[in-house]
Parts: sequence; C-alpha cells; structure tokens
Amino acid sequence: MSAPASGLAQIGKSVFIKGELSGSEDLYLDGQVEGSIALKGNSLTVGPNGQVKASVDAKGVVVQGKLEGNIQASDRVELRKSAIVTGDITTQRIAIEEGASLKGKVDTHRAEK
Amino acid sequence: MKLFRGSSGPETIAEQGSQKLTRRSSGLGELSRMWESAEGLCVLDLGSTSATNIRHFTERGHRIYSEDLLTASTDPELVATDENGVAALDSRKFLADNLVYPAAHFDVVLCWNLPDYLVESLVKPVVGRLWSVLKPGGMLLAFFHTRDAGPDSPCHRFHIIGADTLEMKKIVLRKEARRPPTGTAHATSTTDGFQLQRVFNNRHIENLFRDFASIKFFLARDNIREVLVVR
Repeated sequence: MSAPASGLAQIGKSVFIKGELSGSEDLYLDGQVEGSIALKGNSLTVGPNGQVKASVDAKGVVVQGKLEGNIQASDRVELRKSAIVTGDITTQRIAIEEGASLKGKVDTHRAEK
Repeated sequence: MKLFRGSSGPETIAEQGSQKLTRRSSGLGELSRMWESAEGLCVLDLGSTSATNIRHFTERGHRIYSEDLLTASTDPELVATDENGVAALDSRKFLADNLVYPAAHFDVVLCWNLPDYLVESLVKPVVGRLWSVLKPGGMLLAFFHTRDAGPDSPCHRFHIIGADTLEMKKIVLRKEARRPPTGTAHATSTTDGFQLQRVFNNRHIENLFRDFASIKFFLARDNIREVLVVR
C-alpha cells in the first residue's frame, strides 16, 4: 500500500516541517520532517517520498521512505522493502520486508497487562 | 586454544523458481548454546538487515543491533586520495560514521564473511573497533574462505534458521537514484554482490585477532573456515 486512505491526515511530498509534531489521529507523511513526532494511540506511515529526521512515538509505525531517529511504537512497526531506517526501534512486534535497511537496535517487549 | 573440527557443508534445496542454500555451522552451534541459556544478551549482526535474524533474537528476549558494514563501505564519500594520488577508503571517517557504540557493549558479534569482502584498508580498523565494543568474554563469529574457494566466490547473506543451521542468500547490490528536489528514490539497477578481496591463511587470521583472548577454528567441506574468537 503506498497511497493513503481518504480521511487520513496527510503531509504531502512538497511540505517541509521543522519542530514538534503531535496529534490524536493517524498520519500519512510523505514530505520532510525534522524534530519529533508524537502520535500516542495512533499510527504514523512514512510514505515512499518521506524523509524524517525525528524521534517517533506512536502506536504503530509503517516506514516506506527514509527515517532517521528512534522509534517507540506501543504496538507494531513495519519496515517495507523501500524503507531506510537509522535509529533504535522499541516495539511489541516488528515486520521487516526483504530489501528494507535498518541500522540500529531492535528491542521487542510484551505489553504490560 | 585452537581446535580443528569438521562441520557439514552446504545443502541445496531447490524451490519453485529459486535455489536456497543451507549450511550447518559448528560456530553458530556453539554460540546458540550460549544465547539459548542466557537472557538479555546484546547481539550485533554485521550483515544486511535480516528479518529472520532479528526475529530469532527478539523471540529469545535478546536485543539485536543491525549494521550493514559492507554496504556502508561503498559510500563514495569515504574515498580519499593520498599524496601519491592513490584512491583509498578513509578508515577514520568510516569508523566515525559506523560501529559507533559504547565500549564493552556487546555479548556477541556476528561478522559472517565481512573480513573476506571488506576493502583492505578497513579490515584491521574494523576488527580493532569490534574488540573494543565487545564485552570481556564476548564472542565473535567470522567466516573465511579457504584458497580452494576461488576468486569468484559469491558473497552471501546468512540467516539463522536453526540452532546450527544457516540459510545462505547471494547478495545483490541495489543502486538507488535520487531525483532532486523531491528526493524520490528509485531502485534503478542491481549488480552482482561484493568481490572476494583476499584469502586469509590461518596465520593471517590469528594475526588479525591477536588482541583476542582465544581463537577456535572449524573447517567445513564448503571451503569455509569458521572462526570463533573470545575477547
């Protein structure tokens, strides 16, 4: 899946944001972001054109583009085949497609009941 | 301590449209005994990103770091020209950008076939850095071709599929082109993987790991020498 669903908050590929990004809805990011991204309880998708230099805190994270920064996902992280990730990943579950590139640590944990 | 033991060579499993190679690894078997009985180990995998290996270690409660040093060594910004006009890779810049970890951080380092395929000028500096990031008593596994392997031996990626079993997949390099200003990346071409740079003999290997406390050799039928060293 490369195209975002309708109704999803989107940052298009020509957009550049520097600073703290936070929200309470799912986000599809295909532009450039530097800083930090906090979407607790929601999902972040970095599109194929996305270039992120930020720490990420979300429920789920899907990466198709480039992400430099640590990822904290309370549920799941997916690295698609075009993903290039530099940073540490802490999550419950992780799925990595063949071709994805990761430079960093993977630490999985079970959710506390 | 040095031991010479035989271990099985590769087996070929033909699947629809592709061949998968597996090989038994005595070195991996020894390491497996360690990580099956321990908790919370810190492991460094120096091959290309392997979902299989990441799953193998995270399912056992260990932390795994992934860093593809061979691909990192192809960065064109590493090329420097000396006073004689000879181009060489800048090992200081390479180590400034790669293998940046606290001292004595890792329990296990999986080098796979890295020393055989890494450019000459980077091999000793990389091994020196690996010594420093390994914990005392930490272990490093590396594979070296023997002379019989031949100069065109393909570079493989190793995936852990059993306690002492590896799946081998030939590495194909993917070249990306970026189209400014949007930065869109495309996989434009693929090339054969890395070239075998040299064949180490036993003395070369011992010299390479001379700062380590012990070294163990395992010989295999597939012209691979497995080496397990302890810091």
